[in-house]
Order: sequence, then C-alpha cells, then structure tokens
Amino acid sequence: MTSETMPETITVREALRDAMAEEMRQNPNVFLMGEEVAEYQGAYKVSQGLLEEFGSKRVIDTPITEAGFAGVGVGAAFGGLSPIVEFMTFNFSMQAIDQIINSAAKTLYMSGGQMGCPIVFRGPNGSAARVGAQHSQCFASWYAHCPGLKVVSPYNAIDAKGLLKAAIRDPNPVVFLENELLYGQRFEAPPSGSDFILPIGKAHIERPGKDVTLIGFSIMVGYALEAAEELAKEGIDVEVINLRSLRPLDLETIFESVRKTNHCVTLEEGFPYAGIGSELSAQIMEHMFDFLDAPVLRVTAKDVPLPYAANLERLAIPRSPEIVQAVKNVLYNA
Amino acid sequence: MTIEILMPALSPTMTEGNLIKWLKKEGDSLKSGDVLAEIETDKATMEVEAVDEGVLGKILVLGGTENVKVNTLIALILEEGETTADLKIQGTPQNSEPTPSEKSLPISPPSPSKSQEKTSLSGISQDRIFSSPLARRLALEKNLDLSTIQGSGPRGRIVKKDVEETSKKPVSVSSSSDSAFEDVALTTMRKVVAKRLTESKQTVPHFYVSMDVEIDALLNLRKDLNKGLGDIKVSVNDFLIKACARTLMDVPEANASWMETFIRLYKTADVSVAVSLDEGLITPIVRNAQSKSILEISAEMKSLREKAQTGKLIPSEFQGGSFSLSNMGMYGVSSFSAILNPPQGCILAVGAGSETAVVRSGVLTVATMMTLTLSVDHRVIDGAIAAQFLKTLKNYIENPVLILA
Repeated sequence: MTSETMPETITVREALRDAMAEEMRQNPNVFLMGEEVAEYQGAYKVSQGLLEEFGSKRVIDTPITEAGFAGVGVGAAFGGLSPIVEFMTFNFSMQAIDQIINSAAKTLYMSGGQMGCPIVFRGPNGSAARVGAQHSQCFASWYAHCPGLKVVSPYNAIDAKGLLKAAIRDPNPVVFLENELLYGQRFEAPPSGSDFILPIGKAHIERPGKDVTLIGFSIMVGYALEAAEELAKEGIDVEVINLRSLRPLDLETIFESVRKTNHCVTLEEGFPYAGIGSELSAQIMEHMFDFLDAPVLRVTAKDVPLPYAANLERLAIPRSPEIVQAVKNVLYNA
Repeated sequence: MTIEILMPALSPTMTEGNLIKWLKKEGDSLKSGDVLAEIETDKATMEVEAVDEGVLGKILVLGGTENVKVNTLIALILEEGETTADLKIQGTPQNSEPTPSEKSLPISPPSPSKSQEKTSLSGISQDRIFSSPLARRLALEKNLDLSTIQGSGPRGRIVKKDVEETSKKPVSVSSSSDSAFEDVALTTMRKVVAKRLTESKQTVPHFYVSMDVEIDALLNLRKDLNKGLGDIKVSVNDFLIKACARTLMDVPEANASWMETFIRLYKTADVSVAVSLDEGLITPIVRNAQSKSILEISAEMKSLREKAQTGKLIPSEFQGGSFSLSNMGMYGVSSFSAILNPPQGCILAVGAGSETAVVRSGVLTVATMMTLTLSVDHRVIDGAIAAQFLKTLKNYIENPVLILA
C-alpha cells in the first residue's frame, strides 16, 4: 500500500483540539477554561497550541476549584458567551454537579425560555488504569438522567471532532464524556473543512450484522468491534451500534437494529444499577417487545467500587471476552 | 380465594390432552360431582368432575383446544361469597411458581404413585409455555400452536429458531386432488401406539415360542354352555382369558414384569385383551381373571369392549395388567408374533382355529387346531418357563373342564 491510499489518521486528542480550535476561530464567544488547560496545555495535552493561538483571555487556567470555575462558566453562558469547561476528569465534576444540574441544565426551563446556557463540560470519563475507585467512575447515567442536559460520548476521532463541534454550537448545556485511554489512539481522520459536524442524537452503525445488536459508547465500541471479529469466526454476525449520544438517544436506529436481529446486548463501563443499559433495556422492552427473542443482556462494570489492584480491576471492568460470552448467552448459544 | 382447575393428569403417561368441550358455562353453579368438561387423553375420553361447590367463574382454555399441557390452568371456580371481581386478582399474571395450591381442584387420578410424582415434578415447566415475545408473534403469524413446539431456550423457552424449524416441517395434511398420496394427521392414540411399540420392539429382547393346540373339546363345551345360557353368548376368547389366568397361577414365573432394577411377580392374573379400534388399539384389562367365572369374564369383556369403542374407558380399565392376550383368529390368521406390552413379560398371540389332518396313534384324523405364539421378554422369563406356560395352557384348552374347575 502506498502512502497515497493509506487513509489519513489522527489521534482522538488531536481531533478534540482541532474541534475547539476551529470553533474558537469561527466564534469569538467560545473560550476554554479549566485546570492546566493553558500553560500546561491540558493535563492530558488536549489543549495543545490553544493558548499560543488564542491567548490567555480565551484559554484560561483556573484554580483547583471545580464548583467555582464551573459556576463561572455557567454564568458566562447565561451572559451570552459559549464556554468550554474542562474537568481534569469527570470524577472531579462531582464537586461541580450542583452547577451542572441545578444551574446549567434547569435554567432554560425555570426562566420560561428567557435564559439558556450554551456551555460544554468536557473531560475524560470512566476508568483509566489503576487510578483507584474515586478516579475511575463513569458518569454517563448520572448526567443522562437529567432533563435539560445533552450527553454525548465519542469513540473515535471522527466522533470526537464532529460531536465536540456540535456540542460547542449547541444552545444547550452539553456534557461531553471523553476517555483517557482513547486520547492517544489513532483513527481515520475526520473530513477536512471546518463545517464538518455530527448531529447530536444520532447513533452510528460501526459494523452491520444480522444476528445480534451490540450497543455501546466510548471505549466499549472498540471492545465491541473486537468481540464482533471474534464472533464472526464462529459464524455469528454482530451489529455494533456506537451510540455517540446518550441523551437524546437515537431510539430509531436502535429499534431498527433490534427489529432485524431480535437479540441485544448493551455495553458500558459504568455500574449495572440504573445504568445506560438499564434505560436501553427498558426502551427496547417497551417498544420492541414483539421483536425480542431473548431478554436484553447488559454488560457492565461489576457492582462494586473499582478495585485498585490490577488483577481485580481487570475483573471488574468488562472487555471483549465478556462481550463475546454475553452475545453467546443472548443467542442461547453458550 | 378462587379455586383453580388445572388440566388433570388422567394417566401416568399423560403430559397433555385435548380439551374436547365444556359441559358447564361461565356463571353456572356447581356442586361436587358435576361434570365440568370432557378431556381426551392419549387413550380415552374422560370427564372432569367438580370436587368443590361454587360457581364456574372463568373458562381459561376453551373447548376444542388440543394439546393442553397437564397442570395448565383451565378454569377458575368462585367460592361462596366471591364475585367475578375476585377473578381480576387471579387474572393477573400468575406467580410463575406453578405449584398447584392446596385449593386446586384435585381430580384424583386412579394410577399409582411413582409416575404420578413424576408428572407433578415436571409440572413446573408444564404449567405454562415459556416463549420469547418474538416466537409468540411468529407462531401467531404462521398459525402454529405453541404447545406443539419444542422449546430450546432456558426452561424450555420457545425461541425464534424453534418456531422456524417447526414451520419448516411438512404440514400434517395434504389434500391436493391430483396427489398420489394423502398425508393423514396423527391421532393421539396413533402417537402413543407408535411410541410405546417402538420402544418395546427396540428395547425389549423378545423371543417367541409357538404351540398348536386342539380346540374341539373347547368348542363343544362352549356350544353346550351357550345352548344352556340362552341369550348370553360366551366366546372362545372368554375361555382363553380364563385359561391364561389359570395358567398364570400355575406358572407364576410367567406372570412377571421387568422393572429395570428388579423383577415384579404378580399375584393376580390381570389379563390385558387387545381390542381393535378404528384409530388404533387398546388393551382393556380383565382384573383378577383367575377368580372370575367364564360368565363374569364374558360380561366384563363385553362391557369393556363397548367402552373402548366409544372412548369411554377410564385409565384404571386399560392401564396396568400383568399379561396380554391378542386374538386374531376371527380374521382367519393362522399365527402371528405380537409385540410385548411393556412392562409385561408375556403376550399371547392367538391364531384361527381350523380343521386339520392330524395323526393320532398312527391314525389319520381331523381335528380343529389353533396356533398359540407366546412373545416373551427374555430379561424376565427364560425359554423353559415359556415352554412350560404353553404346555400348561395347552392342557387347559384341550381339557376345558379343568378351566371351569
């Protein structure tokens, strides 16, 4: 293969940076704030080059006070700006959850539509590797639970760029859940041109199949694709849906897939109880009951605080072998 | 609490049956002993009787429904003071634990304990048919009865694959006029006959012993007896039942069953007599034939035969038995070998009596001869016993006064 036919690739980290840079170039109201986003260029080097290009008025280092800078961001959004608030990880967003839920999510409703909050809260979500229980939590179901918020979670570079640009342009508060382990992964580069965006609320079928539907988001999409390869060797044809958006959910794509495959497994790194999989199961059960040949199965983290020990951590977080097994179970093929 | 009426197990082998019709309708008041419904089992049509008083509140399985699994809830009876409003509570999805409540209407099955326990144990899955929503919808679209589909999922859940495989099987009846054949749907009795006899022929080591017997004396005795009895006619077969019973008392080793881990020796001669029906055959039993007179046996056979032909035999009249007798003499069959009726150890096949040239003390003479063929389960009975049985039987038949003694 020559270099001309090789598809261009970029990392998720670069895709996120490009998205912010493009939107900041296009809209002077867009700015970035958070811990270490400016001088250090991001705790995970996501904001590389932004301080240099946009200056310290639009790329702002904050003190270590999530409730404080999230509140400042919400106020700025009320005032007409389009802030991007970076949490070093979403684990720290718990400090600021009052600002996110009570201030950002509810104000449009409570002001009778007079005041909106066009803000993006972004940062790595879920577990990384051996950072302990407090630093390894998936907040997908926490935020997706609340009306007034949009919640998106990209898997690859196309998702990261297209969805982050859409989030920045969205007039509503958007929680943007990234994954630390994906930052350095290379994927096919997004289409060039600053107008490329992906609509929030639309899922993407990463791999079509006819036997079973796997629904995942973020890093679980990668494990789902691995599992699908593995299962294909046994003649099981797996459809992998990358949700991209957790709220709103693209029920149409999900239902169409389940109508075709009659079997579904949901995937997430979060806890099982009242997780995203619970919502997916309920929606599928309510609307697709007559098309189900088996109960929807959920692949989730174990229902325990994430262990620190590497061996236990591995057992607590689902990966492709667990997905392969769940698919066999749902197909009565175990 | 309303009283639940479950599909009864009317025989140890019954796993499902056809609910022919309801003889009571919703709202009818019931007293103990009232006949509620007719149910067709694998062998007979049975009546389901009410045990408790009440009002028939709700019929859950309509008359004419085929293949209703044993222990399926078929109706609810309201007790005194209850109204149809109480049914709503019952009508909501039942606790999936199908253990029949104490209030369930017990329809006392006549058959003994061992197989009975088996039925109630497996009743856990028989109480309702588990099927995926998709499988149910597909079955509806394809007009398939879920109870006819074998489920392959957990707890026997019927899933899409099972429905599709069933629908691929040939339809039971094809009636294209220019077809060179006609496919006839199986009756319950046909299925049972097929299953039991295949099992017998494949798993029981049969051997066969034949003997010719002279029946002139027996025919004469019968003629005299019938002359004296007026309207009542005693048949050769009635004599044979009695002769077999006496022989079984004389050769008790032949009155036996292989029970896998032991051999059961019967103390009474309960003779199963094959009766041919349009849709198959059935073997009603003359119990304690050793202690019944020819006339009693004859009257009993007449009644059993009539019941068999109208499908009114109750299970205790055709289940069990220690020995079988199959007589095809009336068709002119010279001899044949019968398939054992498990778990019985012997079955006697009787051919037609015919006048034959025989040599007796060097003189050629004519006698009416009949061939008896005993099929034997070699696990229980050896050749010598079989031979002794036929020899003893021959003696009774050729000296029929001994039968009466």
